[in-house]
Amino acid sequence: MSALLEVKDLVVKYGAIEALHGISLTVNQGEIVSLIGSNGAGKTTTLRAISGIRRAASGSIVFNGADISRQAAHAIVRSGLVQSPEGRGVFPNMTVAENLDLGAFIRNDHAEIAKDLERALGLFPRLRERMGQMAGTLSGGEQQMLAMARAMLTKPRLLLLDEPSLGLAPQIVQTIFKIIREINASGTTILLVEQNARMALQVSHRAYVLETGKIVNQGDAKELASSDVVRKAYLGH
Amino acid sequence: MKTLAQHQQDVPGKVATRWDVMLLPWVACIVVALVVHFASPVLVNEYWQNVLRRVGVFVIAAVSLNIVNGYAGQFSMGHAGFMAVGAYVAGATTYYGSLLLHGSVNDPNFYYQGIGLMLGGIGLGCVVAAIAGYLVGLPSLRLRGDYLAIVTLGFGEIIRVMLELTKGQLDNAAAVKDAGAKLLIHLNGPSGFFGIPSYANLFWIFLFVSVTCLIAYRIKYSSTGRALLSIREDEIAARSMGVDLTKYKVRAFVLAAALGGVAGGLYSHIGANPSPTDAGFQRSFDVILLVVLGGLGSISGSVLAAIVLILLPEVLREAQQYRLIIFALLLIIMMIVRPKGLFGVKEIWELDWFTGWFSGKRRERKAGAK
Ligand SMILES: Nc1ncnc2c1ncn2[C@@H]1O[C@H](COP(=O)(O)OP(=O)(O)OP(=O)(O)O)[C@@H](O)[C@H]1O
Ligand SMILES: [Mg+2]
Repeated sequence: MSALLEVKDLVVKYGAIEALHGISLTVNQGEIVSLIGSNGAGKTTTLRAISGIRRAASGSIVFNGADISRQAAHAIVRSGLVQSPEGRGVFPNMTVAENLDLGAFIRNDHAEIAKDLERALGLFPRLRERMGQMAGTLSGGEQQMLAMARAMLTKPRLLLLDEPSLGLAPQIVQTIFKIIREINASGTTILLVEQNARMALQVSHRAYVLETGKIVNQGDAKELASSDVVRKAYLGH
Repeated sequence: MKTLAQHQQDVPGKVATRWDVMLLPWVACIVVALVVHFASPVLVNEYWQNVLRRVGVFVIAAVSLNIVNGYAGQFSMGHAGFMAVGAYVAGATTYYGSLLLHGSVNDPNFYYQGIGLMLGGIGLGCVVAAIAGYLVGLPSLRLRGDYLAIVTLGFGEIIRVMLELTKGQLDNAAAVKDAGAKLLIHLNGPSGFFGIPSYANLFWIFLFVSVTCLIAYRIKYSSTGRALLSIREDEIAARSMGVDLTKYKVRAFVLAAALGGVAGGLYSHIGANPSPTDAGFQRSFDVILLVVLGGLGSISGSVLAAIVLILLPEVLREAQQYRLIIFALLLIIMMIVRPKGLFGVKEIWELDWFTGWFSGKRRERKAGAK
């Protein structure tokens, strides 16, 4: 396996406050890697730094062989690294169709886009019924589906997902994780941030545990799920 | 079920590749201009024709400002500044150009050359305003909300003060030749530039009106339009779709400024002497009002608001002393009843009641046929 994303000694600051104290992580081609940790641990911050929305104070971020830590966010998207933003980040006053259209903003291969849309709508049949509805009026779960479908249309090599299960009913959470697996099976590498450690560890190949800006544990997802420390702190038993 | 490609075809104004589809709208613009030009004298007297020209200028002003304030959601308060740049550049080109080439201004024997000067001047004003838009837009991008409003407001005021400081207008060919490049400082200070022939008849005004609307429409439903609307909705989400914020915000500023410059260029050719106050915040505010009332992002909204708000004071002139009160009341009612403006971000033909009305008619007709 080859490394698609390699983060080394990443430090991110908000003003004087250091949110990440030099973390390192690797995501290999074809994997699902999850990043778990409690509130305020720095998970979102990590994703933001990787996708270029927040500048790193120091450290390197190598994606697909190139250092992207100084690149603009839109250029990073074009190189195939896409983040589905936290809090869903759909465009509320646009229709579902328009949101999906923006997912394909950087692409010109119309025939392929149409195929990808079919695939995305196959995974989220609910969206198909609501193409003309304003995204802001969708339910929370539907908005999450839209955000993921939209990110799929960008056709990323690496997809960053920030808490896709946040605030969703258990039934829909199951669906979302099933779809994460399917997206991965079709060739997209995934870095997943989750509060729901149980589900995240179930679908992932490997995982990192983040605590107040430091990686405190890492390894095979199944092994982590059965380790005492993780079970006590994140699985609650 | 529709594919995305089909959805894109559904989007009106999606740039077509067939030449007739590309050409037809532009031909339609000329037709519109001709119709207005020849119908108006039959229908209304000269006074109302002049009002109509003013309406046209403000339609262009509102539709162009809508690109920045509406589509992109960046609150610019300096649109009058760009309009004044266009007005003075175009006005001075016609006036000094006539003096230089013909020795006098507004000579009937020089009419067609004069029209040529006006069009050249409007083009030049458009370019200069666009450059100003670029210079203001670029540093303003780091600013949001109030701060952007203040910077753009400042721009308009700087233009106003600079115009006030200019020297007296020259009135003969020899003086114009002597002045050379120094003509730029002879814009007649606080009293405003006068004597510009009113070459912009209803044909020219409505040609530019319809072309501006067509351009604004094409932009709105192009990928640029989508990018701008996404920026307005959520900048972070827009970035994660690969939208280059800087590029598109600057593009919006430049387009709006360029078309604002055109509005100004026409303004100085309808018998309205451009003066420094035309660059000031009062005028910017007038245009903002049109855009906000029409609905931020709605082209048809801006057009309708411009028509109504320019015509209203004229219609209410009869009830002179109550004019301002009625005007203010209408505005207040409007903001209560429709806080998102007349049409919101939509166009009139996208509104439910409008499409419902039409499909209802169609259904009736179908039923009648059976
Ligand atoms: N814009 C900001 N300005 C200042 N501090 C911030 C900012 N964003 C995040 N922080 C701080 O950085 C730390 C990490 O935040 P982050 O959002 O990365 O946490 P998280 O792991 O995603 O938490 P959660 O699970 O609650 O989403 C927190 O202490 C937070 O308060
Ligand atoms: Mg978070």
